[in-house]
Amino acid sequence: MAIDPTKIKRYDHGSRVPGWDESADLTKDPAVVPDPATTYVPEPVREAIEVLMGKYPDVRSAAIPAMKIVQREHGWLSPQAMEQAACVLRLTPAYLVAVASFYDMFELKPKGKNDVYVCTNISCSLLGADGVYARMKDEMEGDPDFNVRAFECLGACEIAPMASVNGVYVGPLTEDDCAQIREDLKEGREVLPDKQLAKRKAASKHWKR
Amino acid sequence: MLANIDTILFKDIDEPGLNTREVYERRGGYEMLRKALKMEPGEVLDEMLASGVRGRGGAGFAMGRKMSFIPKGTMDKYLVCNADESEPGTFKDRELMQKNPHLLIEGIIIGAYCIGATRSFIFIRGEYDYVADILDAAVAEARAAGYLGENILGSDHTIDLVVHRGAGAYICGEETALLDSLEGKRGNPRLKPPFPAVQGLYQGPTLINNVESLMNVPVILNMGGAEFAKIGTETSTGTKLVSISGQVKYPGNYEIVLGTKTRDILFDLAGGPLDGRTFKAWFPGGSSSPVMPLTEEVLEMPYDFDSIAKAGSMLGSGAIIVFDDSTSIVDVCYKTAHFYRHESCGKCSPCREGCNWTEKMLVRIKNGDATPMDLDIIESVCSQIMGNCLCVLGDAMAMPVSSMIKHFRPEFEAYIEAKREEAGFGVSIPQVNRGAHAGPGPLLSPAQAA
Repeated sequence: MAIDPTKIKRYDHGSRVPGWDESADLTKDPAVVPDPATTYVPEPVREAIEVLMGKYPDVRSAAIPAMKIVQREHGWLSPQAMEQAACVLRLTPAYLVAVASFYDMFELKPKGKNDVYVCTNISCSLLGADGVYARMKDEMEGDPDFNVRAFECLGACEIAPMASVNGVYVGPLTEDDCAQIREDLKEGREVLPDKQLAKRKAASKHWKR
Repeated sequence: MLANIDTILFKDIDEPGLNTREVYERRGGYEMLRKALKMEPGEVLDEMLASGVRGRGGAGFAMGRKMSFIPKGTMDKYLVCNADESEPGTFKDRELMQKNPHLLIEGIIIGAYCIGATRSFIFIRGEYDYVADILDAAVAEARAAGYLGENILGSDHTIDLVVHRGAGAYICGEETALLDSLEGKRGNPRLKPPFPAVQGLYQGPTLINNVESLMNVPVILNMGGAEFAKIGTETSTGTKLVSISGQVKYPGNYEIVLGTKTRDILFDLAGGPLDGRTFKAWFPGGSSSPVMPLTEEVLEMPYDFDSIAKAGSMLGSGAIIVFDDSTSIVDVCYKTAHFYRHESCGKCSPCREGCNWTEKMLVRIKNGDATPMDLDIIESVCSQIMGNCLCVLGDAMAMPVSSMIKHFRPEFEAYIEAKREEAGFGVSIPQVNRGAHAGPGPLLSPAQAA
């Protein structure tokens, strides 16, 4: 069976692998540890990161939690956010980017304000998660307020299919709940209060047999 | 419903305020810490050894023996609690930490005292942010009460505890990748040996244990190791939390005595299949355990470490995922392979390339581009991943995928033919290049080659 070469998705540079066209600018000097004298870091951010640095024997251990702080502050890991974290931690921005690109929860591109992670792993997809995700995307895609992602197992399979909405676990979801989640987030309300995992009892008590 | 469930760790787990120190202490909390501090560290270790408790995270290694590997001496030693619960289907630690965080803290302090560690960490996955908040509050309470910090409870022991939040990576549940991540690096597994017990976090001897394992430590001290060993079977002692999910009536966490019959777990606790369906197969211990068809024989099998291993799978983290006759095995297989392809860290090639190609072949099967020969190639790729990687992530993909092909080959073949016809490729399947001719076969060791 022949493969039609025109149907293969390629990036501008001709490769099928994303990212290779975002090469570093080799004409520039590599970024050094930002100078505290000229780098603006908001005081609460600096304090929070310095508390973290005191918790570990090695300052690099604080890198991941520190990036979480600046990501919350800036919405994503913008170059400016990285510079601020690097300045307090006394590490190079390159080190931080190298670490951040490994982890799913760090966003190196601008993203919507509200994180909606829909689990599409085995347990959830057995109970219809793919439909929920498709519907969620229909509801929210293109809206700059939302960041909808299909996520790997979030560790709440008893409420499958489920989603983590700004860190709040809700489920079991039906496709109709997606519009409600959008409404709740837009209005700034608690998301699906009846379906939150934190309020659920242990399985032997939860199920009425 | 089964009589002896939720007997130890899940006993009264929903008591209001159990996550506060006040209620936890009223129920006898932190008494075992006081008891442990009056004992010699070696005596605590003896109790652990006598209990025969095996690790609850996946590998099922004897916990007491793991503790005994930590060298004596005054070097900086560390205890790390692995709360990076990312194995698909597993959600027991989340519920335990959310509802009873102080039991975990007490277990960690006793464990750290036993091995002589002065610093301990809870590495919790980033997605469990709200659970980490609960842990942070509990740690602050414990510190205020003098259970953590310098000279705990007036003794000359210093034990500190930090809750460290990850940032979303399955591989960080692997112990050496976890250590790298905790050191602020990309979560790549390390070459073993040296094992973490010798050279772990910040190059110091490190004990890494799962949440449920550490929660059993105060329980064992309370009962006495010998008494604890009487629960369960001879080689699988104690109780185990099983996380039941998938196509069952009553999914959730249940605490069972190890050795409970599989039928009782799936039909009695989980309520059996959804209305009008029948069970097809299950993952007995998380998505990385080999899939087993749910035959009568399997339903009669006791649920413990050795019985499942003997039947060709593993108990793993105790995450039971069940699927019924309405589900296509190809979909389950693709989801599994897709997950591991996404989570492979890329450090070693068998896993990075093998997971990638396995997923691609399964996509081909779904698109109708494949022939049954692809099944042979998948099997040959899987066989070359197993045992050839730095860590077990590659094996975790290869084991379930190859077991699904082994048990459900006719269904795969029928699926392939149906999809080919749908896509207009016809059903003519060349019978050459199958079986032994499909791939390069397993690699020869240098000795065999010579």
